[in-house]
Amino acid sequence: MRSVSVQKNIDWLTVLLYFLLVIAGWFTIYSASLPAEPTSMFDLNQIYGRQLIFIILTFPIIILILSIDAKFYEKYALIFYIIGLLSIIGLFFFGKSVKGQTNWYSIAGFGIQPSEFVKTTTALLLAKYLSDNQGHLNTFKEQLVALTIIAIPTLLILKHDTGSAMLFASLIFVLYREGLPSWYLWTGFITVVLFIAALVVKPAIIIATIIIIASLHFYFNKSINRNPFIYIILAIFTSGFVFSVDYVYDNVLEPHQKDRINVLLGENVNLQAEGYNLNQSKIAIGSGNWTGTGFLEGTQTKGGFVPEQHTDYIFTTVGEEWGFAGASVVIVLFVFLFFRLIYLAENQKKRFNRVYGYCVVSFLFIHFAFNITMLIGLFPTIGVPLPFFSYGGSSLIAFTLLLFIFLKLDANKINEW
Amino acid sequence: MRKFLLPLIITVVTIVILSRLFYLQIIDDTYIKKSENNALKIVYEYPERGYIFDRNGKLLVANQPSYDIMVIPREVTNIDTLALCKLLDVTKEEFDSKLSKATIYSPRLPSIFLPQLSKAEYAAFQEKIRHFNGFYIQKRSLRDYQVNHGANIFGYIRQVNDLNIKSNPYYRPGDLIGIQGVEEQYEEVLRGSKGVKYIQRDRFNREIGSFKNGIYDTIALKGDDITLTIDSELQAYGELLMQNKRGGIVAIEPKSGEILALINAPTYDPGLLVGRERSKNYTKLYNDSLAKPLYNRVLSGEYSPGSPFKILTGLIGLQEGVINQHTTFSCSRGFYYGKGAWMGCHDSGNWNLHVATAKSCNTFFAQTYKRIIEKYKKPADGINAWNKHLQSFGLGQFLGYDLPEGRKGHIPDSDYYDRWYPNGAWKSTTTISNSIGQGEVIMTPMQLANVVAAVANKGYYYTPHIIKGIEHHKIDKKFVTKNQTTIDPKHFEPVIEGMNEVFKTGTGRSVAVEQLDMCGKTGTVENFTRINGKRYQLTDHSVFVAFAPKDDPKIAIAVFIENGYWGSRWAAPITSLMVQKYLLNEIVRKDLETRMLEGSLQSEYDKVLQLYKLAEKSKK
Repeated sequence: MRSVSVQKNIDWLTVLLYFLLVIAGWFTIYSASLPAEPTSMFDLNQIYGRQLIFIILTFPIIILILSIDAKFYEKYALIFYIIGLLSIIGLFFFGKSVKGQTNWYSIAGFGIQPSEFVKTTTALLLAKYLSDNQGHLNTFKEQLVALTIIAIPTLLILKHDTGSAMLFASLIFVLYREGLPSWYLWTGFITVVLFIAALVVKPAIIIATIIIIASLHFYFNKSINRNPFIYIILAIFTSGFVFSVDYVYDNVLEPHQKDRINVLLGENVNLQAEGYNLNQSKIAIGSGNWTGTGFLEGTQTKGGFVPEQHTDYIFTTVGEEWGFAGASVVIVLFVFLFFRLIYLAENQKKRFNRVYGYCVVSFLFIHFAFNITMLIGLFPTIGVPLPFFSYGGSSLIAFTLLLFIFLKLDANKINEW
Repeated sequence: MRKFLLPLIITVVTIVILSRLFYLQIIDDTYIKKSENNALKIVYEYPERGYIFDRNGKLLVANQPSYDIMVIPREVTNIDTLALCKLLDVTKEEFDSKLSKATIYSPRLPSIFLPQLSKAEYAAFQEKIRHFNGFYIQKRSLRDYQVNHGANIFGYIRQVNDLNIKSNPYYRPGDLIGIQGVEEQYEEVLRGSKGVKYIQRDRFNREIGSFKNGIYDTIALKGDDITLTIDSELQAYGELLMQNKRGGIVAIEPKSGEILALINAPTYDPGLLVGRERSKNYTKLYNDSLAKPLYNRVLSGEYSPGSPFKILTGLIGLQEGVINQHTTFSCSRGFYYGKGAWMGCHDSGNWNLHVATAKSCNTFFAQTYKRIIEKYKKPADGINAWNKHLQSFGLGQFLGYDLPEGRKGHIPDSDYYDRWYPNGAWKSTTTISNSIGQGEVIMTPMQLANVVAAVANKGYYYTPHIIKGIEHHKIDKKFVTKNQTTIDPKHFEPVIEGMNEVFKTGTGRSVAVEQLDMCGKTGTVENFTRINGKRYQLTDHSVFVAFAPKDDPKIAIAVFIENGYWGSRWAAPITSLMVQKYLLNEIVRKDLETRMLEGSLQSEYDKVLQLYKLAEKSKK
């Protein structure tokens, strides 16, 4: 059955969405990086010129991915994973520092960011483990192995790049889908909520709330086996956590991380210093109104007021030049892609394919969500690119790799039974 | 169920993002303004203000170039502060405070650092400006007064304040605006419109070209010139006569309502309020709380009109038919109008309107007033009929002239007296002082002059105005529309004869001029001041009204001199001299001129000051 061609089985809808986003992204980068004297589209000295090269470069990569036997990815997942880890460890020795972060290799004038590719290798190994194991993540051993696969690259990247490391947390969605007990999710969720609450509200109020909720839960759920000690331990534990937030905030977080949280909360923000990025980002997006200023007409984009506008802040140009209408279209394209990928993943016969597909959606979604909520002041500033949109060879090629491996797996499903 | 978690989270996050975008982009529109602040530099080009001419085409107010030193605080880097201070002749402390003030206003927008440089300073600074980053020179035009009179007519120019900016979006900080006088009244005509250039900037404040290829840019349009109805020579002469006195003169051309002269005393040289010394001089004028040079007495001063009001009492008596020109009342240096209520007068005899006017007989006009009010069954109806006649002369209301200052004055009606004397406990004799222009009747000198113009015209007047012509515009229609009074033209004859008699045998005979057939009326106005609730009688005001020539009136005039003893002492000679100046172009009565120019009422004003000081002391 090998004769069934990839062209026929590949999900063309996903491919179409991918190209729409990449092309829209390029035009946005073009607008954001156009110098006063326009030059050729292919001018390699210009950001848009280089991005065009990267886009062209993805074609042979896509063809290569689609031509390789689908089993290849599963078979060598562990090797990819180890190569991925080594590439990050190598940063300690050969990495190039940019803005205090050592997460680049400089090769032939192009920077390569290995952490972008490690997402793919981690996803592959996680999929392979769960597929080989066929368990439901309900034993401690399974949970430990799965979490370790995620934790190792996370901890290695954390050293260089906190933002990228946080993205691996999205794999909890995959694990949950595959059977991870829900209390993991709840614990994570409650931790985040408590952390934010502790920064905003007085501890006494939070503890009072916790006690009230615990009491109500105890009182109304008579049908379950209630051990009062569990309630008390939980209450003490959460209260302790609430009090430790201040300690963590003061002693563990670095000054720029504190600034980012303060900016979000709007406390004592200096708009010329730590508050500058978010303020300019909101100004650029906010000036867009319904339909925006028009292509190449954004005053904020032209004036370069938003820092890093062609990379992490690329969506501000969409907001300014295309307004609410344009921004909505881009968001809808992304969301459409996510749902399509979930649909495809759920329809896989092989667990490896499904898990990998889920990893792809989770990664793409977490990038999208962090990036955009950061620009509109709903999430602290962390350097996360917008998939397919932001300028950068590593990120574009890595996302292409991530996505097209899944499309190859998906196209091949007809051959499996 | 597990497969629904991720789709659910995606959906929720998407909705949150879209709502937030909707809020930022559509609902909250402050970001559009902020984006303009960020990226657009607005450069203004200030047009020249329109010139001001007098009725004979003489240039009164022109412009001179002025140079302001502007600063953009955040561009001030690596400059030799001491050298700059020395160059501009400011101290280091002044420099720091000015710079921090500018920084507080805006670090990225230009503020005025030092306004209105002299030409010498400009020349010195212009050569060295390149050494001082963040400083530059902005050219503007300032008023250049060709005459040293008419300050109260012109008003002055100052920088806009916060209120101006808030109430009119045209103005930006640092803009100039006309205040008082024609500068305020015709601000929109005179100022022209400033030119605007939108320049797009990047985040380093570097200019990166014009915004949208300049489609929003405009060029500056010069203000339109205006011609005033003022006769500059008459104005100057009037101000000269009024030196060392307080009060005002209004002269109107009856046939057109054009204001020929509008003199306010004391006054000041309009040139004082231009240039670097402006604010120092302004403070000095503003703080002069006794002489009040910035207070336009002729427009805003409300006084009892005194005897000139008898003209109106006579006219209303004739119109109401309660007297005719032969009616006489007997006067024995006054009369009793009630039990023990005596109104004094100057002479005794039987007078008709003609003689009573010439002699300013209180008895005659009090009796006439009594008849007017008592003609009606109820005094309320009588006083309202009387009020209606006076309203038709523009009294008790804003006249509608084209100057931004003024007061309504006051003409009482029945409601007014009902409030003071409830349950109808008042009648003609209660209000008898009105008949001779004391009592509750209050007028501005401008209103008084307008009454004289209406009398000269035998029953109508044009709304007094100061504008004769505006370049590219027409003047307001109301200035060429007749206002008819309620008095029949035929009733003016006997009154005018009486006013003519004033100069022959009456109270104005001492200022008569052989070549001129004048009609007038003296006035001596009792006045009081209240200090700490206690009433003090002050020296009477001196009032005179006149028009001339009798048969073809060309000028109607009212002169008001505060604390000038009595009508013929100061106001009458000044009136006579003004009329000579205007109609004869020469002064026939040199004796009067010498007396008026040399005379001073300063001792009277010092008395008032003394009174205040004494009262202050006794309070302690």
